[in-house]
Amino acid sequence: MKQAGSVQQSHRHTALGLTDERAVDMYKTMMLARRFDERGQLLQRAGKVNFHISGITQEPSQVAMGFAMDLKHDWFLPYYRDYGFVLSLGMTVKDLMLSVYAKGEDPNSAGRQMPGHFGSKRLRIVTGSSPVTTQVPHATGFALAAKMRNLPSVAIVTFGDGSSNQGDFHEGCNFAGVHQLPVIFVCENNQYAISMSIEKQTRGRICDRALGYGFPGIRVDGNDPLEVYRVVSEARERAVSGQGPTLIEIMTYRVTAHSTSDNDMAYRTKEEVDLHRGKDSLPVYKQYLVEAGLWSEEQETKLQADIRATIDEGNEYAEKAAFQPVEDAFRHVYAEQSGGDQ
Amino acid sequence: MPVIEYIDAIRLAMKEEMERDQDVFVMGEDVGLKGGVFGTTKGLQVQFGEQRALDAPLAESAIAGVAIGAAMAGMRPIAEMQYSDFMFPATNQIISEAAKIRYRSNNDWDCPIVIRAPIGGGVFGGLYHSQCPESVFFGTPGLKIVAPATAYDAKGLLKAAIRDPDPVIFFENKKCYRLISDEVPDEDYIVPIGKANVMREGSDITVIGYSMPLHFAMQAAEELSQEHGIEAHILDLRTIQPLDREGILEAAAKTGKVLIVHEDNKTGGIGGEVAAIIAEELLFDLDAPIRRLCGPDVPAMPINPPGEKHFLLNKEKLKTAMLELARY
Repeated sequence: MKQAGSVQQSHRHTALGLTDERAVDMYKTMMLARRFDERGQLLQRAGKVNFHISGITQEPSQVAMGFAMDLKHDWFLPYYRDYGFVLSLGMTVKDLMLSVYAKGEDPNSAGRQMPGHFGSKRLRIVTGSSPVTTQVPHATGFALAAKMRNLPSVAIVTFGDGSSNQGDFHEGCNFAGVHQLPVIFVCENNQYAISMSIEKQTRGRICDRALGYGFPGIRVDGNDPLEVYRVVSEARERAVSGQGPTLIEIMTYRVTAHSTSDNDMAYRTKEEVDLHRGKDSLPVYKQYLVEAGLWSEEQETKLQADIRATIDEGNEYAEKAAFQPVEDAFRHVYAEQSGGDQ
Repeated sequence: MPVIEYIDAIRLAMKEEMERDQDVFVMGEDVGLKGGVFGTTKGLQVQFGEQRALDAPLAESAIAGVAIGAAMAGMRPIAEMQYSDFMFPATNQIISEAAKIRYRSNNDWDCPIVIRAPIGGGVFGGLYHSQCPESVFFGTPGLKIVAPATAYDAKGLLKAAIRDPDPVIFFENKKCYRLISDEVPDEDYIVPIGKANVMREGSDITVIGYSMPLHFAMQAAEELSQEHGIEAHILDLRTIQPLDREGILEAAAKTGKVLIVHEDNKTGGIGGEVAAIIAEELLFDLDAPIRRLCGPDVPAMPINPPGEKHFLLNKEKLKTAMLELARY
């Protein structure tokens, strides 16, 4: 080994305050998300599960986001492609598998919601729905509660580029700007809203919209997870020190179809997709760790084996697990102790 | 017992609940310094500060959505919609989010918000300051909906709504604000959500309704009693979701002749559901077809005085319908 001091100073992650161990953990989480996502697609194609929606190539930035946050105090409002994000917040592959199979033990919804609709109060991951962008004003509300209670909590909410056109995006941002709330708005701009490319959605840069609300808007390369980590960390610092919200636009690309129900070759070319697949930052980040002396092929082999075992185990458990009993299917419309239960 | 106005009952309910619980706060357009366009939140910002009587930007989906987020974080927000006519931009937040948060998370998350919205016409508000949108939200499981007619119920139901663990829409009638006054105790009390109330005992006909039109029914009932010896039994639903089935059936069985009244338009209104409940359980105990007297099926009332008057229910319309039913 080289002597630690001067060499480590030159590493980007060290300069950002990330320990070697955390930098490596980020990689492991990215890879776990990737392999889980691939398995989800296979399971759907094999007819084992009904639906899967993918975040492949978006995971490095999602994981970087999660690692920049305070898991004890912050609130997380993810959108449906955020496997990398929720895995970095403490959700497990077993949890996600239970959701994909829609089983009763699924902590997100007991198998009531489609996969990708995350939620776990224990992990401070806020339940979400399918009409897009409704979570943006909710994040502002969590931030408002933090300010009113004088808590060191920051709310971070993600959404797609299509979502940035919804009224709830503008309303949530504007409210947070007026009241200088501790919230981070993150647009994962993967350049497609199902079939519609970004040109069909907006003429401007999404990050520039922050100017209209009076807070910083920052565009960041999603294929540079350390830069994403830096930008989100700084936004968190601003938020928690009372300097208000930040809008971050993470530039990425959706290499899969919208979901397993979509055929993307109907509206874009394989060449376009391959070009972006070639920019995948997962191997780049791995190479960074190798060059920093933090990762080796032996470790990679072991990681792949471990991940495979974890996914197999989660898959097997979820496949065998029970669905929520139908006698419980209509429970929890109202609080049961209030007498409102029907 | 002091007699107070309906609007003061609403204000006092908020004030007392905000004194009782630090997590209760009210937000909406003009609710702070101005105290609301009707004055419902008057004095709250002076007493509780800017944060707890919070002026929100003019954007109803955010007023609902931010309140929902704060509620999930453990607060007890009261979101004020300036007029119920303006709450439709918040409908997605109310129906897709607030109503489904507990159910979709299998009881992991909850959403204890109150959404206050003034309903009703008779104030020359024209099409968009007069509507009764209850039927838009009625039939959405996960929501509770209340619509008080008296100051006593307004205070007690608003307190119950604020303490309720689930989302409650509180439809207050803007015509009632200063027109209706009744006895309200100084002591803390609640009116339970889901319980109807017999406003008047009678044996000839049953009138079932909620909010402002019940006052016309009460006036008409007094005249029918004096002029024709007809005694009307009047049931105030108070809560329109969940409906008090037992209370409805009991009131219907009492006379066997039922008139349902509301200002919301007839088609798709709450009256249809009330009629169906009675028909399902009591059809053969009835002595007359179930009748409904409601707002007409037009988009909303005009501002010109004859048009508004023609649209609205009043004592005379109630009296005619009640007399006809009694003579059936």
